[in-house]
Amino acid sequence: MTLARHAGIAIVAGVVLLALSARLDSYRQYQLAEVAATVVAVAGLTVLIGISGQISIGHGAFMFIGAYATALIIMHLNWNLALVILASAVVAGLAGAVMGVAAARLRGPYLAGATLMLAVALPAVAYQWQGVFGGDQGLDFAVTTPGFLGVNFGLTEWQAWVCCVCALLVMVVLANVLRSRVGRNWRAVRDNDTAAALAGLNVAVLRVRAFVVSAACAGVAGSLLATTMLNVTPGAFTLALSIQLLTAVVLGGLGSLAGAVWGGIILVLVPPFLTNFASSHGLASAGASVPIAGYGLVLIVVMLAFPTGVQGGVRRLLGPVVPAASGPVNALGRRWPAIRKKAGGRDAGHELTSTQEVDKEGTR
Amino acid sequence: MQEFVEFTLGGLGDGVIYAAIGLSLVLIWRGTRVLNYAQGGMAMFTSYLALFIINATGSYWLGFVVALAAGLVLGAVLERAVVRPTLGKPPLNAVIVTIGLLILIEGVAGIMYGSKNRSFPAPFSIVGAKIGSFALGPGSSPTAIFTAAAVLAAAGLLALLFRYTAVGLRMRASAFSGTVAQLMGIRIGRITTLGWALAGLIGALAGMLVTPQTFLYPNSMDSIFVLGFTAAVIGGLDSPVGAIVGGLLLGVALNYVTGYVGSNLPELAGLAILVLVLMLRPSGLFASTATRQV
Repeated sequence: MTLARHAGIAIVAGVVLLALSARLDSYRQYQLAEVAATVVAVAGLTVLIGISGQISIGHGAFMFIGAYATALIIMHLNWNLALVILASAVVAGLAGAVMGVAAARLRGPYLAGATLMLAVALPAVAYQWQGVFGGDQGLDFAVTTPGFLGVNFGLTEWQAWVCCVCALLVMVVLANVLRSRVGRNWRAVRDNDTAAALAGLNVAVLRVRAFVVSAACAGVAGSLLATTMLNVTPGAFTLALSIQLLTAVVLGGLGSLAGAVWGGIILVLVPPFLTNFASSHGLASAGASVPIAGYGLVLIVVMLAFPTGVQGGVRRLLGPVVPAASGPVNALGRRWPAIRKKAGGRDAGHELTSTQEVDKEGTR
Repeated sequence: MQEFVEFTLGGLGDGVIYAAIGLSLVLIWRGTRVLNYAQGGMAMFTSYLALFIINATGSYWLGFVVALAAGLVLGAVLERAVVRPTLGKPPLNAVIVTIGLLILIEGVAGIMYGSKNRSFPAPFSIVGAKIGSFALGPGSSPTAIFTAAAVLAAAGLLALLFRYTAVGLRMRASAFSGTVAQLMGIRIGRITTLGWALAGLIGALAGMLVTPQTFLYPNSMDSIFVLGFTAAVIGGLDSPVGAIVGGLLLGVALNYVTGYVGSNLPELAGLAILVLVLMLRPSGLFASTATRQV
């Protein structure tokens, strides 16, 4: 049932995007492709942070891996594009597994520090082995539109199609995973890993699996960005990119796939607007820094004042009136299960029930 | 042999910088269990202020003092304004807020000063010493010696503060147990702010000392920060002595890697060291407590 509903939504969205892409000029088609690619990365990251409760400030590194895998495979092996994207996802997923094994033992600030380091360190690989990765200049390659579309079909429209189709596929897969046993187990681990372990879940394996899924999504996103821009450079995958992804996740609403779509759209469409605004007000040299400062401001303000993000606001507008929440709000913008210690201190059962409640809410 | 001496001295020179950043992280971590990801960004910003003063007045030392004072104020203000509201909430909130601070500071620096690399003056000569014809490398220059002396002096003053003053005793009590300290009448809010202010000062010192080597630009402290974080983790994240020893070990190890293997690899080697330490000895080499949530 759920599968059918998610697939149905994706098909409708696909038809709308297809109709839309034919009417856009090539710059807008390029932006559409960029939004779709970004949404994939943000969705993967929101699964990691919002659902499995692990943070990564270095997801740009997995995009870097996916993008370079794509460039190298197209240049040297010339595979079919679908295979290339899949292979990039696998390579990034493997890297995610390595990081995930380390991450499964770490929590909060430690994990954040390790992933931050990954984002800072990885671009150095491109400089160290210039023969393979092309150094500062990066790698250029070409993709062509497939023959059945005819010779006059625009390349950017084809790229937009590829990105949108991949994004929809990834979203359907993620939406179903989150509704499945795996998704529920991730939430259980996130909310209380001790209780989850006592209930028989293998916490370490679940954490690593979340990292692999999330890194594979970032790999797909990197691959899609590479096939859209037709070149990859280390300068495109800085720490700032990783923090932008984090901003999109927090802004959209932690743990919500719909929020990831909002986050992706805002991330691609708003910065050029801000840069133009800055340049037209005599801040031309500072233009590129304005969005950066904006991300920082957004992270702080959203986290302190609106922890449920845009999707939380949308839910509040559309959903039934919920009595005002009391008690501390956790990182996901939901209340921590209120622990009322009775004489016997039996709160484990209570924690588990509240995990189920969060579960229902999280998939809405 | 000459290379080995050069790399070792250079490593110790880099190591004191990582130690200083690590020390500033430990100061904050002990008091609040928050890791301040904005520490590097704050140091970058205070270095810009120093450069502005140096260019305006021609005095390096005036800039130096202004940077340290600005670090002190910046630490206190940021703690009160944005970090305080996240305390008592899940650790993820504080992580995201301090990451937000980092990129906000970097963005503001880019808007105010542009993103081009600026050269930054060193206090003394950067030419390495020689014993006869045996060159010791830049790690033995007067600037490098000043750098090491400044960091060790700061660490020594902190140790004296902790051991022999009433404020230091309060800080140690708050780090030991916030609740108990509060029940004993210590105003731990002020102690927390003071911890952030001191960390801001140490961070600003590290920024002043390292920037002559790295140039100054909005991201100039990113890689220094992650290596300082590694130093603090090697030391166990709540031990000031551990942060200093961790910094020195890391600096020497990374100089061997960049010297003998590849010059672009310090951060990757640092990442490998960090992951190894966290896997094998997650409480660090000098942690005061046996168990800790990692």
